[in-house]
Amino acid sequence: MTVTTLRRLTGDEKHAPSAHSTLDVLRVLYERVLRISPSTVDAPDRDRFLLSKGHGPAAYYAVLADRGFIPDDWLDRMGQWHSPLGTHPDRVLIPGVEVGTGSLGHGLGLAVGVALGLRAQGFARTRTFVLLGDAELDEGSNHEAIAYAAAIRLPLTAIVIDNRSATHGWPGGIPARFPNWSVALVDGHDHDEIERGLLARGDRPHLVVATVEPKGA
Amino acid sequence: MRDTFVATTTALLDEDPRTALVLADISADAFAPALRRHPDRALNVGIREQLMVGVGGGLALTGMRPYLHSYAPFLIDRAYEQIKLDLGHQDAGAVLVSIGASYDAAAAGYTHQSPGDVALLDTLDGWTVQVPGHRDEVPAMLREAARHDDRVYIRLSAQENDRAHPDGGRLRVLRRGGPLVLAVGPMLDAVLAATRGMDVTVAYTNTPRPLDVEGLRLLTEAEVIVVEPYLAGTSARLVGEALSGVPHRALHLGVARTEIRDYGTWHDHARAHGVDAAGLRRSIADFLGEGGPLAQEHLA
Repeated sequence: MTVTTLRRLTGDEKHAPSAHSTLDVLRVLYERVLRISPSTVDAPDRDRFLLSKGHGPAAYYAVLADRGFIPDDWLDRMGQWHSPLGTHPDRVLIPGVEVGTGSLGHGLGLAVGVALGLRAQGFARTRTFVLLGDAELDEGSNHEAIAYAAAIRLPLTAIVIDNRSATHGWPGGIPARFPNWSVALVDGHDHDEIERGLLARGDRPHLVVATVEPKGA
Repeated sequence: MRDTFVATTTALLDEDPRTALVLADISADAFAPALRRHPDRALNVGIREQLMVGVGGGLALTGMRPYLHSYAPFLIDRAYEQIKLDLGHQDAGAVLVSIGASYDAAAAGYTHQSPGDVALLDTLDGWTVQVPGHRDEVPAMLREAARHDDRVYIRLSAQENDRAHPDGGRLRVLRRGGPLVLAVGPMLDAVLAATRGMDVTVAYTNTPRPLDVEGLRLLTEAEVIVVEPYLAGTSARLVGEALSGVPHRALHLGVARTEIRDYGTWHDHARAHGVDAAGLRRSIADFLGEGGPLAQEHLA
């Protein structure tokens, strides 16, 4: 059903591969994992999902519409004047969206701050998830966050969609860039595998690498 | 000012569970007791300024009130996009507190100097900028900032005036006379010395953003001279807007754009930029012209 919804979103075909690559992970997050609903978008103890990979948000918008966070008819006017949905999401305009992104390399640092803020306020059950692209990992700001989260054993989950789009690749694989994180490697289209990867919890930050077909394949 | 900042912020962390402190190693020793007492809210992320601002944005999104601190060039210049996006674009706030204003770190060279910090923040929306001229002006600024969620930049400096003027938010008149000379923060003493014997009005502010445009309009007759401790002309746009439609001449004094490739002390740099008392006196007298406000002094 979400795939049908997704087809309504037009106007940003340039980013279609990166948008569609996230669809299955987003569905599993919203259908099976996140403790959040349209009525709890402002609850202080809600789970947090931050889309760092803010370009190509069509799949994100489709899932938000399917789950009732935004009206379906918003989907037909993406990127147009007076539409709340841009080709990058804006948290100020869209219920349920935690961060406005688009410029790469901002989501993970923000997610570290969110996880720290939740911990400081005693929301022990609340989880923080952030989704990035493998090319986005090239941004050095991510490496500041990766190393710090490991050093303080911060419980947050980063999901990297690997469609092999990083210009110079990642010798040793993406997990090699996340020392002292726990790691789950999953098929980015297998919902049960994705769910198992996302539900894992430990005493350190957790990485889920969701592999999908290479960009342009 | 740095000691006052550490003491007040440490007390705030003790008193208000909403407050948080994020450091990037700078001043971590001074904050050691706070880091020890509040491990969940007093954080040192290491030498990672981009992350420091991102973490501040994330903390604010969960309802906390983060204070971020580093040297001005690392806090503002390096993390500019994080300031723009992780705070401004998220509609989140933080209190940014810098040390090492302009050429405080003269001997360290240009890597440790940021004369452009306020000009950079002027490219963004909604920032309050506070430039204390004395250490006793600092605690009230920090405490006031804990009571809301807005974006605040507090620019601490090694340069200080002899006396504090804690009520320096609106333009505060210290001497009444002819043309207005507006001194921002630690420039006040140099301005007072430079204009001794001149028939000018001297006003002071330690809160240049938002600029008190109403006060500026009331105090300006035909000429206004602005003396700022950062890039010369940083406030020119705001002064121009405040006085648009009113015939006036304006002179903007401050730090020059040309990098001074020399070391020494902040006094040496102030002299090189022409913002010590002697340099300011020359510029102001030139601007106001012979037969102007200096006439009486020449006669006497």
